[in-house]
Amino acid sequence: MATVSLKNLTKRYGNMEIVHGIDLEIADREFIALVGPSGCGKSTTLRMIAGLEDISGGEIDIGGRKVNDLPPRSRNISMVFQSYALYPHMTVRENLGFSLKIAGATKDEMDRRVAEASAILGLDELLERRPSQLSGGQRQRVAMGRAIVRDPDVFLFDEPLSNLDAKLRTQMRTEIKKLHAKVKSTVIYVTHDQVEAMTLADRIVIMRSGYIEQVGTPDEVFSRPATRFVAGFIGSPPMNLHEATVSDGRLVFSAGDSLPLPGQFKSRTSTGDKVVFGIRPDDFYPTGHGLSSGGETEVHRVELPVSITEPLGNETLVFAEFNGTDWVSRMLNPKPLKAGDRIGMSFDLSRAHLFSAETGKSLRN
Amino acid sequence: MKGFKPSAPFLLLLPAIVVLAAVVVLPLILSLYSSFTPFRLTRPETFYVFVGFRNYLSILSNADFWWAFGRTVLLLTIALNLEMLLGLGLAMLVEKATRGQRILRTLMMFPMMFSPILVGFQFKFMFNDNIGLVNNALQSLGITQDAIPWLIEGHLAFIAIAIAEIWSSTSIFAILILAGLLAMPKEPIEAARVDGCTPWQTFRYVTWPFVMPFAYIAMTIRSLDVARAYDIVKIMTDGGPAGRTELLWTLVGRTAYSDARMGLANAMAYFSILLSIAFTVYFYNKLAAARAQIGAEW
Repeated sequence: MATVSLKNLTKRYGNMEIVHGIDLEIADREFIALVGPSGCGKSTTLRMIAGLEDISGGEIDIGGRKVNDLPPRSRNISMVFQSYALYPHMTVRENLGFSLKIAGATKDEMDRRVAEASAILGLDELLERRPSQLSGGQRQRVAMGRAIVRDPDVFLFDEPLSNLDAKLRTQMRTEIKKLHAKVKSTVIYVTHDQVEAMTLADRIVIMRSGYIEQVGTPDEVFSRPATRFVAGFIGSPPMNLHEATVSDGRLVFSAGDSLPLPGQFKSRTSTGDKVVFGIRPDDFYPTGHGLSSGGETEVHRVELPVSITEPLGNETLVFAEFNGTDWVSRMLNPKPLKAGDRIGMSFDLSRAHLFSAETGKSLRN
Repeated sequence: MKGFKPSAPFLLLLPAIVVLAAVVVLPLILSLYSSFTPFRLTRPETFYVFVGFRNYLSILSNADFWWAFGRTVLLLTIALNLEMLLGLGLAMLVEKATRGQRILRTLMMFPMMFSPILVGFQFKFMFNDNIGLVNNALQSLGITQDAIPWLIEGHLAFIAIAIAEIWSSTSIFAILILAGLLAMPKEPIEAARVDGCTPWQTFRYVTWPFVMPFAYIAMTIRSLDVARAYDIVKIMTDGGPAGRTELLWTLVGRTAYSDARMGLANAMAYFSILLSIAFTVYFYNKLAAARAQIGAEW
């Protein structure tokens, strides 16, 4: 049993409030990713859960027990740090077994559990080496092994893959996912990389400036972003977001170009409203080169000049000029294009998003 | 000299070689040679009498020398251990300071700014049995009614010297250990806290192994310092009372200049240097091992 619940959790440094009373319920065995740009308070939140930072206000419960005033060692958690934080003077075996030694485990128990963790992570060959003799990926595995050995209620990961190169990061991401399937503990995973969050988490918590913007499954935060910020943060390449004014059933953009107001928003807006129109590159595509699901009901076609293309092999990102700025679109089954070509573009308006320009909140139901 | 053509590197190095030979090698050879003679300053002709290992043999059976030797080792042990403990404590306190750390660091180094001779005079005054601050304080506080003969009783005098040494040099340990603490990455400490360590266990298993090489550097420096201790002792007790605080180098100095037995003194000096070398080698090995252990890259 290791649910984690944050109730009105607040962190202040002097007069500066960093985390503004956030609430979050994490279920047992759930994999939660805290994601957001740097300085959004996600690491601070994690460190408060770990007990490495004092709590300025609110409450943290782990497994139904209030832990506000407990030191880290009494919370039965383990943490994987960005910089690995291995003990440089100990061998891999000693690093793995350290927490058991501190807890007073017998030699047999220690050997058994170190062997288990080492088998899960493939560290058998490295047990007698020191951290300085390991590569980045190996160090990261040792850091995870150290966390597993403790058999904690909750795993805390603080940007564990940021120090690895791109290829290794993808590989370790898969390993973390496998690991969670094996050890089945509650995991709280902090990252600034939305791809990591999307691929790993059961639910994603998107934070900005000390507030929670949205909590949801990867699918929810992708297809139903609650705010303009989430819409822009999740997804790569990012959603096209442009300010517009509602005028007689049309969206008029700053330079005068306009689009029909998507049907589902007709009843939620009135003429004169300032809104932000958002459309993902997947839903704005060269005609005939989209994700043709066949179900498009509200496609708006227009001919636009191409300003630049970025070929990725299986697809090409096409930047088309609309309303005086570049809008990114995803072209599947790409055909050669060059700057200046005029091509037919399709807006799948049924999948478009509209946010209030004032509050940034989604105007969807 | 026909056909002798010294190479260019040799010629270029020649001035340095000549200077080094004149100021280092020659005196070294002369002093080593004189340790095999009964050379007395008052009788120059004895410089040319070779007596082989007689001086060294007489040292081996000289009780005064062995007492001085033992006392030096004792002072070294006491002073180094206490300095390390105090320096460690100081460094950890200063490291915790969130404000004014620079000022504290500067203040901490004050004792190092005084000449050991002055430190000697100051402590000689403080430990004076009649007018000294220490007795004055002890009596005013009602701890004792008697004038404690600090510099007159042998053991007390040794303690007084040790205190002066420790006062003047604890900051070397404090500064070096503080450098270690400041250079230390913070994450392993946090990892240890999460791994279940109490503050003491965190220190014992994580902080201390990291700081150890820095402590060994201080140990190496200070072991050389204490092994050649002379000035503070010379001023405070001059080896007295009745030779009870005589250290190796005060004994060497006395033998060489008061007794004018330069040959014997040189033999003692060479013997003493072995002690210094032994300590240096010992601590250096410790340092190398500790560095390898934390995977230090310096």
